[in-house]
Amino acid sequence: MIDEPPRASREPVLRVGGSGRRAVAIALVSTAVIFGLIGWVVVNSPGWDQVQRSFLDWDNFVESAPRIIARFEVNVRLFLIAEVLILVFGLVLAVLRGLPGPVLYPIRLLATVWVDIFRALPGVLVIYVLGFGIPGLRIPGVPNDPFFWGVVALTLVYSAYVSEVYRAGIESVHPSQAAAARSLGLTQVQALRFVVLPQAVRRVIPPLLNDFIGLQKDTVLVSFIGVVEIFRQSQIRSSATFNFTPYLVTALVFLLITIPLARITDWLVARERDKRYATAVGASAAGSRRGRLWGGGAR
Amino acid sequence: MTAPLFVEGLHKSFGALEVLKGIDLEVAEHEVVCLIGASGSGKSTLLRCINLIEPIDAGRVVVEGEEITAAGVDVDRIRRRIGIVYQSFNLFPHMSVLDNVTLAPRRVLRRSRTEAEDAATQLLDRFGLADKRMDYPDRLSGGQQQRVAIVRALAMQPDLLLLDEITSALDPELIAEVLNVIRELAADGMTMVIATHEMGFARDIASRIVFLDAGRILEDGPPERIFREPREVRTREFLQRIIEAGRL
Repeated sequence: MIDEPPRASREPVLRVGGSGRRAVAIALVSTAVIFGLIGWVVVNSPGWDQVQRSFLDWDNFVESAPRIIARFEVNVRLFLIAEVLILVFGLVLAVLRGLPGPVLYPIRLLATVWVDIFRALPGVLVIYVLGFGIPGLRIPGVPNDPFFWGVVALTLVYSAYVSEVYRAGIESVHPSQAAAARSLGLTQVQALRFVVLPQAVRRVIPPLLNDFIGLQKDTVLVSFIGVVEIFRQSQIRSSATFNFTPYLVTALVFLLITIPLARITDWLVARERDKRYATAVGASAAGSRRGRLWGGGAR
Repeated sequence: MTAPLFVEGLHKSFGALEVLKGIDLEVAEHEVVCLIGASGSGKSTLLRCINLIEPIDAGRVVVEGEEITAAGVDVDRIRRRIGIVYQSFNLFPHMSVLDNVTLAPRRVLRRSRTEAEDAATQLLDRFGLADKRMDYPDRLSGGQQQRVAIVRALAMQPDLLLLDEITSALDPELIAEVLNVIRELAADGMTMVIATHEMGFARDIASRIVFLDAGRILEDGPPERIFREPREVRTREFLQRIIEAGRL
């Protein structure tokens, strides 16, 4: 199997530039100077006292945090249910769009229009239309639970994106692979299932994770149709205490959850790239395939 | 007794470029036919058209009496009787050697896992690959990969084996191990059509040499005659160039 060499130059996640201890020292000093300067400007601004009181109230923070964090459970449920549905539905859309032959043109067209529509619409609009519109029809037997419609809306929007990621993966598998499978007598569906998809999915795991970081954050949009999740809860607390500190709690929760996921994604991307590079160069390069979780540091 | 392969009036174009301009070819059982000719003469395309991996524009291809080009025929069913090995191996990189070999017997012929693995292990053993069965293709040398690709094709017990310049992507020192496998298959009576640039090998192994020139069969005969006294000027010129390159 001939693999293509990596496209971009192989850079770590963060790099100091230059080499040795001197470079590290310069990097530290310039970082301290820049951030010190920004901090000084903020703290000496005319409105600082007011901002400090309404955003950084410690007592409010301690009191609000437990209730707000407890509500994060709703976001986690939204996220986990939607993610499973998105993975399945996105793959179905990608496969439908790749179907060959003129007979299946209508199916390809439908899938393409579907993807175009849900990538074009702002997510919050889809949430509004489904969350308020469909229960408003009062069709018997159709649920009017905003949580349910939140999951449906997120699934529709994100599966459109994810189907494109899958499709890129499917197209990255060289046609000679499918040809080899068909030559052995496998049907088109078998070649897709046993040969093309396993390779495609493996390659797109990092970009998929990237989309899921976005999904994690977008779960707060479901608050607009009345689901009391972490963001809505901090709004409630904020109104009750006439203070913005509860939003800071929410911000910190998302930082704590999302940044590690982003680091893992970058690390996976680096590892995948190293692996393909090693395959391209030959077995001799396989020894040096170490991904960098945190990057940085002088090389 | 029907011939393993019968090709008639085969035409194939890529856009405006006509690569095959009417090929007629019959291959008898146990025959080893070597296709020779310059790059671009249509050797590879012809092989890929025989199992319809490349759709054809006109003509008929009949395999063991069954016309694969007939309307409404189940192409997959006939394809499984034709083995094909490609220049660039095309092993499945996400599967072990054993899974590469057993995929088609299990999924196409519906063999049980144990049955397929026993048969695959025997074949791998025969071609000196027994200790590689759990390895992934990227851990193998080019020669080993190509032998696995041959075993993968043989595992379907094909009536006809097509080999498309199977040594062109190999380092010179790895060519012999692959060619020896083919010699062994020829000695066993396997019917083969081989596109090759290895003229010495073709002269040794072929029961017939077919010289392709610009999409047509220009000369067809036993290797002794084609190599010693080619009738066509183009064949003579081609062989002259090969001799000058030190390949014969």
